[in-house]
Amino acid sequence: MDANIHLAQIEPTLGNLEANLELHLAAVDAARAAGADICLFPELSLSGYFLKDQTAEVSFAPDAAPLASLRERSEEVSIGVGFVERGRDGRRFNAYAFLEGGKTLHIHRKVHLATYGMFEESRDLGPGEHFRLIESRYGRLGVLICEDAWHLTGGWLYFLAGADALVVPSCSPARDVSRAGEGLGSSRKWSKLLSAQALLFQSWVLYVNRVGCEDGVTFAGESRAIDPFGEEVGRLSGLGAGHLPVALDAHATERARLKTPLRRDEKAWIVRRELERLEGAAP
Amino acid sequence: MSEAGLDIQVELTEDLLVSFLRREAGKFGFSRGVVGLSGGVDSAVTAALAARAFGPGEVLAVNMPYRTSDPASAADAEAVAGALGLCTRTVDISAMADGYLAEGEIADRGRRGNVMARCRMIVLYDLSVEWNGLVIGTSNKTELLFGYSTQFGDSASALNPIGDLYKHQIYQLARHLELPAAVREKAPSADLFEGQTDEQELGFTYEEADRLLYLLVDERHDAAELIARGFDAGLVEAVVRKVTDSQYKRLPPVVAKISDRTVNQDFRYLRSWGR
Repeated sequence: MDANIHLAQIEPTLGNLEANLELHLAAVDAARAAGADICLFPELSLSGYFLKDQTAEVSFAPDAAPLASLRERSEEVSIGVGFVERGRDGRRFNAYAFLEGGKTLHIHRKVHLATYGMFEESRDLGPGEHFRLIESRYGRLGVLICEDAWHLTGGWLYFLAGADALVVPSCSPARDVSRAGEGLGSSRKWSKLLSAQALLFQSWVLYVNRVGCEDGVTFAGESRAIDPFGEEVGRLSGLGAGHLPVALDAHATERARLKTPLRRDEKAWIVRRELERLEGAAP
Repeated sequence: MSEAGLDIQVELTEDLLVSFLRREAGKFGFSRGVVGLSGGVDSAVTAALAARAFGPGEVLAVNMPYRTSDPASAADAEAVAGALGLCTRTVDISAMADGYLAEGEIADRGRRGNVMARCRMIVLYDLSVEWNGLVIGTSNKTELLFGYSTQFGDSASALNPIGDLYKHQIYQLARHLELPAAVREKAPSADLFEGQTDEQELGFTYEEADRLLYLLVDERHDAAELIARGFDAGLVEAVVRKVTDSQYKRLPPVVAKISDRTVNQDFRYLRSWGR
């Protein structure tokens, strides 16, 4: 997969679709001007994160207006954007749309909703049930929305399906300023996690986090890119909005998989057999 | 079991708190702050953070002595304001507090202290209108967890940058922010009556309390485990009781539920709603 990626680390306003859409359009224009092929936004980039009762109020169906102007822009630049999807049956999902060539190519619904500690996603949102690859004109992409990346399930399924890159949009809060380590503790965990995903699945990993504050919670930014060898190749610093250009090259993936043929040696059938055995076993 | 996490990266913490103040105030159209500057380390750290966030000239530091307050407190507050270059105001609350205290012949030390703390709150909130700035809070995490403050008094604020920092961490930040030594070194006191110190009133030291609170609250060890590992049982129990008994101070008033949708129960919105 060869592509110029533009990670748009933005600061959305909580529950203000109109203002956030303006931010998106400006960022897409900047990406296009910089020669980007794909512009990626953070999780829930159109709505903001701690929505609580606003969740339903800012939700919309994928064919509704807020995505239309971005879809138009996607004729020139492919776009990954986060929003609250209103399902036909009334369920709401933490969703990520991939727009390309004026169309909605794919919508990923976050499977692993974060519901512990400061997070309460399952209260307002339903879980997704699929990990399906995006067949972009630039390559095959798998989306893991934030907590999705804390489980191996999604990344592994994308790996089996032949992903070139994993896109990890996030709203990760800045936590842990302990002197026991350098930088944010939360950010160090992300580094380990993203590198592990890249290394195990021999894919590019594109992590795009947001910035800004929602009632005292500061989102940590530090959007970054990891190559298929698990090495970080770029990262934004500071707590401000910005963008990170990343040049993805297919040769890196090819070389990683040639040196260590993990995909070739994977034995997914063992997982199927063992799952069947476990599910058949008495609890 | 480790309390190593109690030591913080001061520059990173400063960056987060300065960003917090700017952004949270900015959402409501404010770029100025009002801080009650007592001469103690908590309000000094708060004022220093506000000065970095808004600029020293945009922060109004208000010293509010009562006639029995230690004059050294006012001198320390002045030193802090001078070092930071803040705009200052002194409002003597004696007449205001005595108007009520004398009338009611109130002698109880606790009640008198609470009245003074609430008088200071009235002054700060009033001046915040004149100054066109938000009241910036000065309660640290140790105090919040113990409920060691006056409800609707010194605990009242619009934004609190230091409420997730233990006293131990406040001192680290105070050193980093180069606050005057006198403020960093004196015994913490609410200065509500002569000779009062926090640690005497609490019955243990901040160092002991912070270690325990960190292990209980942040690291989620339980009390029985801590006692089994050699922490003094009386101390652990006293700390746990203080935290439990003061929960009411950390929450908004309890609203009786009558309807299907009740404020703060199932009417759930952030302050940042639409901002």
